[in-house]
Amino acid sequence: MFDYQFLIEVLVGGLLSGVMYSLVAIGFVLIYKTSGVLNFAQGAMLLFAALTFVSLVERAISFPLAFAITLAIMVVLGVSVERAVLRPLVNEPPITLFMATLGLSYVIEGAAQLLWGTQVHGLDIGISDVPLDIAGVFISRFDLFAATVAGSLVALFALFFRYTRTGLSFRAVADDPFAALAVGLRLPRVWASVWTASGIVALVAGLLWGARLGVQFSLSLVVLKALPVLVLGGFDSIAGAIIGGLLIGAIEKLAEVYVGPLFGGGIEAWAAYVVALVLLLVRPSGLFGQKLVERV
Amino acid sequence: MIKSRYLRVAFAAAVASVLAAAPAARADEQFFPLQSYRVGPYAAGGTGFFGGFIDYLNLINIRDGGVNGVKLTWDEGETQYEVERGVEVYERLKGRPGVAAWNPLSVGIAYAMIDRITKDKVPLITINHGRTDSTDGRVFPYVFPLLLNPYSETSGIVNYIASREGGVDKLKDKKIVVLYHGSPYGKETIPIYKLLADKYQFSLEQIEVPHPGNEQQSQWLSIRRAKPDYVVLRGWGVMNPVALKTAQKVGFPADHIIGNVWSNSEEDVIPAGDAAKGYIAITTQASGEQYPVLQEVIKTVYGAGKGNLDDKKRIGSVYHNLGIVNGILNVEAIRIAQAKFGKRTLTGDEVRWGFEHLQLDPARVEALGAKDLFHSINVTWDNHEGDGRVTFQQWDGGKWKVVSGWIAPDWAFLRPIIEKSAAAYAKEHGIKVRTSGDDPVSN
Repeated sequence: MFDYQFLIEVLVGGLLSGVMYSLVAIGFVLIYKTSGVLNFAQGAMLLFAALTFVSLVERAISFPLAFAITLAIMVVLGVSVERAVLRPLVNEPPITLFMATLGLSYVIEGAAQLLWGTQVHGLDIGISDVPLDIAGVFISRFDLFAATVAGSLVALFALFFRYTRTGLSFRAVADDPFAALAVGLRLPRVWASVWTASGIVALVAGLLWGARLGVQFSLSLVVLKALPVLVLGGFDSIAGAIIGGLLIGAIEKLAEVYVGPLFGGGIEAWAAYVVALVLLLVRPSGLFGQKLVERV
Repeated sequence: MIKSRYLRVAFAAAVASVLAAAPAARADEQFFPLQSYRVGPYAAGGTGFFGGFIDYLNLINIRDGGVNGVKLTWDEGETQYEVERGVEVYERLKGRPGVAAWNPLSVGIAYAMIDRITKDKVPLITINHGRTDSTDGRVFPYVFPLLLNPYSETSGIVNYIASREGGVDKLKDKKIVVLYHGSPYGKETIPIYKLLADKYQFSLEQIEVPHPGNEQQSQWLSIRRAKPDYVVLRGWGVMNPVALKTAQKVGFPADHIIGNVWSNSEEDVIPAGDAAKGYIAITTQASGEQYPVLQEVIKTVYGAGKGNLDDKKRIGSVYHNLGIVNGILNVEAIRIAQAKFGKRTLTGDEVRWGFEHLQLDPARVEALGAKDLFHSINVTWDNHEGDGRVTFQQWDGGKWKVVSGWIAPDWAFLRPIIEKSAAAYAKEHGIKVRTSGDDPVSN
């Protein structure tokens, strides 16, 4: 007899994992939407943020102060990246910008280890992970907390983009950078703001992923979880990143549990990419991405 | 004339500086090329292991003036645990005079070096890991998976579970899940677990975790549904703390998770926080700094400001102690070889002979200041593992505590399987199988 309770447990677990993927994906979307750059350094920024935070806490700096200092460092990092790397490469082909961020990821990873050492760290953010038992279905308290944080972050971004001058500038640049430039918006300032926002997302995602995995070099690999989410949801849609994350999370868990045994297991890593690839063939801009229309 | 004199002087100075920079062959030095990894994803393990190894070599140099007067030297090449970089370092350092042995502590790099070191006749030490069938010294004369190969590790874990249950006969009808890393390393023990399950009649399920293992929700939900008595964690890197954390999420008790040798370090449990409390893992060397040899390292090496670890709190950690034990085994192999060939710089082949006679009984281990740090080793020309014993340690949230005696794997059961695999390798590679320790080693 089919075990529906188990199905629900797998599905809920997948959806909650998906929220964590979305959190990483949002960092990519912010940069891509305004500057057309796929920021491969997002994972390295996440590692840098988490490592900085945990290293400060281990040096007896209080949690809120460590958060504030790390936030300030991420803002400086974001602005510096825009100034030193992206601004000189304006109008270069997208592949050049992508390669620049690839190089940047190595620089940030190396700098993080140089600055804070190579040891792994535990990160306790005070959320117990003893599961909630709801009618026999175990639900992770930590994942529920992470989902709440991710939801709050998205809501904050939505308010920011709708009701603040910088947010409106961001949307204008995202819609049409040339028109935005023509009406007097300063693109470098918008880009710097976006890199800053991306740094903040990296910090939040770094803390949540760091609490989940431990703060260690492998944190930078979580970008691999975000890529199928971006393909599915679209590279330029925050809503797409959320829904894409939920879908990928659920699909990979269900695939692993119900289809995996047919292939000897271990399929969830590539099952997500299979789904993304199929969607790419059918709908290249993703479920929520803007269709690219070019005059030829 | 003046110009040409200046030119001659400049030329002579240039030649002299080049000669000074080139490694000179000295009769009283034995060189260890180290393919270390101090940056990158596995740097925490690399700094601990190579730190311990170098600390021990330093101890021998400072305290004893080397091995019978032969000074130990080393040079490091950074690999970041990448195979191609490991091979590059091999090619760069193999020409240095007096190479004693290679110790990469990397399955991938070790595999890539087997043909090279066999041709160059220098030992390759893969302590606690490597190809299981390289235990058979008849086929792999230069490879030494010292103390523990993957099959012995598997047998040791099953024997430990049996001891907890009250004997091997109590394993019948028990259920064991093996959660393994989705890599050749992780998959290597699949067949031996099946054989042991058949032998002892326990129910077995083996579940793969895709690399790198930072997401294991579905695997642990499957485990919860399977309701096993024990889960064996055959992990690596980030997979280990994530396994422990996810086990907590599904309510599986940590003290029924048994980790293998690459899931047994502080780096594997600290990131998991409270979820790791009670977790048990196999080891060939106990952790802690209470052993006399560790105390000497602290006093002599760190006291002289020559300690290799930046963070002294890591002295006595699992990887550091593995490096110390690896140092002991390398140094003793040289000492044994010197007794036969003379107190001088040895060739790689002579050091290979030393390893093939590396027999340290518990009394000798105690004399080396390592009583209870590791048990003993008994390497022979055809048994390159050396029948290492294993023990089990439990994480209490702050440190590892030994919770078992020294356990022997079922070598008699494993040996025919190893020989069969080695014979197949020999046939495939056209290797002449040695028939005695006196056989000339051919390439």
